Amino acid sequence: MWDHEIRAMASTHAIIASSVFMATVLPAVFVPGFSVYGTHLVWLYSVSGAVTAVSVAVFWLLGITPPTKKHTLGYKLSRLFRSCLYFFLSCLFFHSVVVLYGAPLIESALETFSLAVLLTSLTTLRCLCVLGPSVQAWIRVFSRHGAMSVWDTCLQITVACTVVGAWLGAFPIPLDWDRPWQVWPVSCSLGAMIGFLTGLVGAPAWIHYHRKQLTYKSK
Amino acid sequence: MKIRSSVFASFVLLLEVVGIVLFLRGFFPVPVKSSLASKSQLSEQPLEPLTGSPPNSSRLPPPLFKRVVIVLVDALREDFVFGANGRTHMPYTRHLVEKGSSHSFVAKARPPTVTMPRIKALTTGSIPGFIDVVMNLNSPALLEDNLIWQAKTAGKRIIFYGDDTWVRLFPKHFMEYDGTTSFFVSDYTEVDNNVTRHLDSTLKRDDWDILILHYLGLDHIGHISGPHSSLIQPKLLEMDDVLKKIHSALISKEAEGSLPYLLVLCGDHGMSETGSHGGSSEPEVNTPLVLISPAFRRKAGMEKPVVVEQVDLTPTLALGLGLPISQNSVGRVIAGLLEETSMRDQLRSLHLNGHQLSCLLKDSISNYEKGFEQFRVAEKAHGNWMKLYLEGNTSEVLTNMGKKVLKQYLEALAAMSSALSKQLGKYDMYSMIVGMVFLFQLLLVLLLAMPEALCGAAVVDLPVLSAMFSLPFYLLCLLLASVHVLVCTSAESSCYFCSLSWGLVFAAVAFCSAMFCILISMATRRLPLGIKSPLKSSGSGWQLSELDILLLVGTIGHTLSLGASSFVEEEHQTWYFLLNTLCLAVFQDVCRKYFREKSASIDEEELIFTSKDHPSPVHYKADAHTEKWLALATPPFSLLCCRLLRSLNHTGVQWAHLPDVGHWLNSSEHKTVLSFLSAFCLVLIYLLVQRRCSWVSKVALALGLIGVYSYRAAVGNVLFPWQHSSRTASKGTVEARFVYVFVLGILFSGTKDLLRSQVITADAKLKSRGLWEIYSGLVLLVSLLFRSHNLPVLCCSLLIQTLMAQFIWKKLHYDAAQTTIMHYWFGQAFFYYQGNSNNIATIDISVGFVGLESYVEAPAIFLTALSTYAGPLLWACHLICYLSSERDRSPVALGHGCYCLALLRSVPAAAYIVLVTVLRYHLFIWSVFSPKLLYESMHLLITAGVCLFFITMEQSPTSSKS
Repeated sequence: MWDHEIRAMASTHAIIASSVFMATVLPAVFVPGFSVYGTHLVWLYSVSGAVTAVSVAVFWLLGITPPTKKHTLGYKLSRLFRSCLYFFLSCLFFHSVVVLYGAPLIESALETFSLAVLLTSLTTLRCLCVLGPSVQAWIRVFSRHGAMSVWDTCLQITVACTVVGAWLGAFPIPLDWDRPWQVWPVSCSLGAMIGFLTGLVGAPAWIHYHRKQLTYKSK
Repeated sequence: MKIRSSVFASFVLLLEVVGIVLFLRGFFPVPVKSSLASKSQLSEQPLEPLTGSPPNSSRLPPPLFKRVVIVLVDALREDFVFGANGRTHMPYTRHLVEKGSSHSFVAKARPPTVTMPRIKALTTGSIPGFIDVVMNLNSPALLEDNLIWQAKTAGKRIIFYGDDTWVRLFPKHFMEYDGTTSFFVSDYTEVDNNVTRHLDSTLKRDDWDILILHYLGLDHIGHISGPHSSLIQPKLLEMDDVLKKIHSALISKEAEGSLPYLLVLCGDHGMSETGSHGGSSEPEVNTPLVLISPAFRRKAGMEKPVVVEQVDLTPTLALGLGLPISQNSVGRVIAGLLEETSMRDQLRSLHLNGHQLSCLLKDSISNYEKGFEQFRVAEKAHGNWMKLYLEGNTSEVLTNMGKKVLKQYLEALAAMSSALSKQLGKYDMYSMIVGMVFLFQLLLVLLLAMPEALCGAAVVDLPVLSAMFSLPFYLLCLLLASVHVLVCTSAESSCYFCSLSWGLVFAAVAFCSAMFCILISMATRRLPLGIKSPLKSSGSGWQLSELDILLLVGTIGHTLSLGASSFVEEEHQTWYFLLNTLCLAVFQDVCRKYFREKSASIDEEELIFTSKDHPSPVHYKADAHTEKWLALATPPFSLLCCRLLRSLNHTGVQWAHLPDVGHWLNSSEHKTVLSFLSAFCLVLIYLLVQRRCSWVSKVALALGLIGVYSYRAAVGNVLFPWQHSSRTASKGTVEARFVYVFVLGILFSGTKDLLRSQVITADAKLKSRGLWEIYSGLVLLVSLLFRSHNLPVLCCSLLIQTLMAQFIWKKLHYDAAQTTIMHYWFGQAFFYYQGNSNNIATIDISVGFVGLESYVEAPAIFLTALSTYAGPLLWACHLICYLSSERDRSPVALGHGCYCLALLRSVPAAAYIVLVTVLRYHLFIWSVFSPKLLYESMHLLITAGVCLFFITMEQSPTSSKS
């Protein structure tokens, strides 16, 4: 059951994880003075860029995205435009949630927004790739018993892992250890990244071990 | 024995309070005391050591100074004098420090850095226990041996002007005094003028030996606007002028031949970056100590001041004045001051100090070898030196030997002093363990009773009688009693639990063994059930939603986080974080309800419409539509409120110095904004609260809120629109009492309704109105006690309560346990929103004087506790109102709520006690963990009170049914 999908998923996730790895290592080789803590924002952008590009490419090649009804260029363009809009709105959403959690409103707004971009590229982008720009489908997937395919379950797991990782990443901030990774937003983005990688590894494994129990009702 | 779960929970909480009190009594160490009952006397001073020949001399070193003037400036921070700004802020003092004949030191004050313990430390030389903070405001006379008493006994004439704490500590000690009260923190000119006005006449006179001045103004400025405010510099310049005046008067009075004068400038404690004090951060602890006397060498330039302990001043002054060192002093004499005296006198002074310390050491520590041996060796060497000296030897050998003895003495003093200071961290472990055992037995019973207490009947079956008549109970009693006898007879140090009377101890032993038997029998009853339950839970019945998981994880995570000192300091961050997550989780639940289940529910609704033939389905639908959007908007709105409140008061340690809205509002330029804001908040409070009151209460509430505003205007926080002349700030006693009358009136009418509903009619509506009136009376009282910039906190809490109750808790069918946990979290977060922290310094003591002419203990403590715990209390009261209004849905909701509240409070309290016991040698135990322990215990007490209120509320259905 689902063997084919699980294999595809595992290889996809391996590619994405290796892209994260490359995005961390390559700048360290080419950009002088690059470090994850020191030039944290650069790392953030490089990782989000890499994950965005690779996910879009891989999911487009795999063809998981729900088939569009129309094939006209205009429709495709509008889909693309809507996807970009959703991406930006999701950045704003994450930014406002982080501010509500207590991030300073004005100072270090750039750092906060960068974190929001990272979170978006780790979570919303996947939704866009797998489900397309339709809010109805998103709400369906993220409500209880809403998954309709293995890919939906995988999406649930990775998104939850990323968000929980970022959430847990905030805990070390009040500690008085004065470490470089306690600076805003390093711990949160690292937490999100670790959560995301855990999700990438965990999702195929979980689905593999629960493949007997998994049943999806079709529409 | 079957009891209702609310009664059970409150009973357990009350017993827990007893346990925690026992623990506290063991935890806070009894100060180091000499065994001698009397005070040190000149005649009992040790003889000068001399080996060999018998005629030991009892000669004391001659006094160094004739007159001493002590200028104590409250909250004088070290950098105000020695820092970069010192040259502009206190030019004359700085000049003396750099060029004059003076010694300057940084004196480290021990926490708690609060005025009264510090005065006690400065005069007795001992380090007062932490519990002294609690007694800070009502200071009985100081009975310990102290410098002032010694000076008076020696016939010195002492004059005192300043903080009247001194007058209360040392009644009849001063030849002349004028005390000023420090209750009205907003006044920072009058308090100091009251001191300075006596100076001119006093300095001209010759009939005094010691003059003590205690200036409060700087501390008040710190409390109002912090250490960087513009008010600081003029105040410091004023202090500088005072010092200059005294110094020049002393110089002019100085006569040839007589002993010189000594002028001491010191602070009792520093000032944190926010302007408060009480903790142990560097700026709070470091105070300047400048000693000026012609007896000292002139300085060539600015040197880095040496760090000494604040208590070191006491033996130094005593020796300088030729007085015996007070018995309990743990300080060591500042050797730098003795430099100019002869070697014999120097050694003699150190010997006296060492003898006093060694006596104290012998009395208080059982194994005192280390420092004591050093002292013995030094004493012997001293004897040898004396022998050489008396033989008339004046060679190089004598000087070198003298220097060596001096060094030995100093080392011995340092060792003994530090051993004594460490002694202050000694705990009464037996009492602590007994308290802990009590608490844990109660917590386990509470946990084991969970399935019964949260079931439909909400009745707990406690096997008390069967436990009391079982054999193990008597055996355990015997065993525990023998353990008690064994521990008490073998204990070396004093133990509180052993000093209790036999009846009490026996009751405790019986209680302990009974609890143990009950626990065992309950556990055996649960055990078969526990094996069965997994089978049940794998079915459909017991499934945790995301919200349940969050509530569980949050509660456990918070309890665990208390182990780290940073998380205790920044506990508000934990609660804000959890509360935000809770709001988001609730938001997700709401979204799910209204979006996901739409398709299903629409069918149902249409079914209802068609079957019942609703009169106006369009109306109903429109209502449902607005209700949906309001429900959807509630969690984001609460989030927004929480974010705004978060920036109102910054508490904690790390980010407390950042400017917050509260400070901005309180600065005098923004008085108009503050006035508008508080007026708006009061109107909003009225609108939110009046809905469910009777008309009498409505009128009373309105008048009361107007009274609150006029009280704030009278105190000078806000402006009256029609009163432009700046009238002098009165105390506003009349206005506050006016409000108290209405508070009492509303409470009375609420109680009357409750009693009527209970005794006469059993009317649910009347009862909920009565409850709500009591709640509104509480709101009115809190709005009077809150500072005006904190009124938005009250306002937001009422707003969130109203919205949540209407659209979330009722609509989403959260059960009593979930609602209780949410209320508890909100209450905790609001505790911090109103500016509290886990530090003693943030308690607003001025609340205790609202409407009172002078300090009266009982109401002051009550009002302070009420305003400090206003957040948790208001949310708990709202919980009672909400749950009793939901009674028709679930009749046992109140019992469940009460049980959950008790559990939520006892879990962190019990865990924290264990943590504190484990961490008792932690560096921050006195500054971070102990204040939190006091807060935890107080919160436990208040929750026990609330649970009692729960019982009285739950009483009615049974009585009305029967």
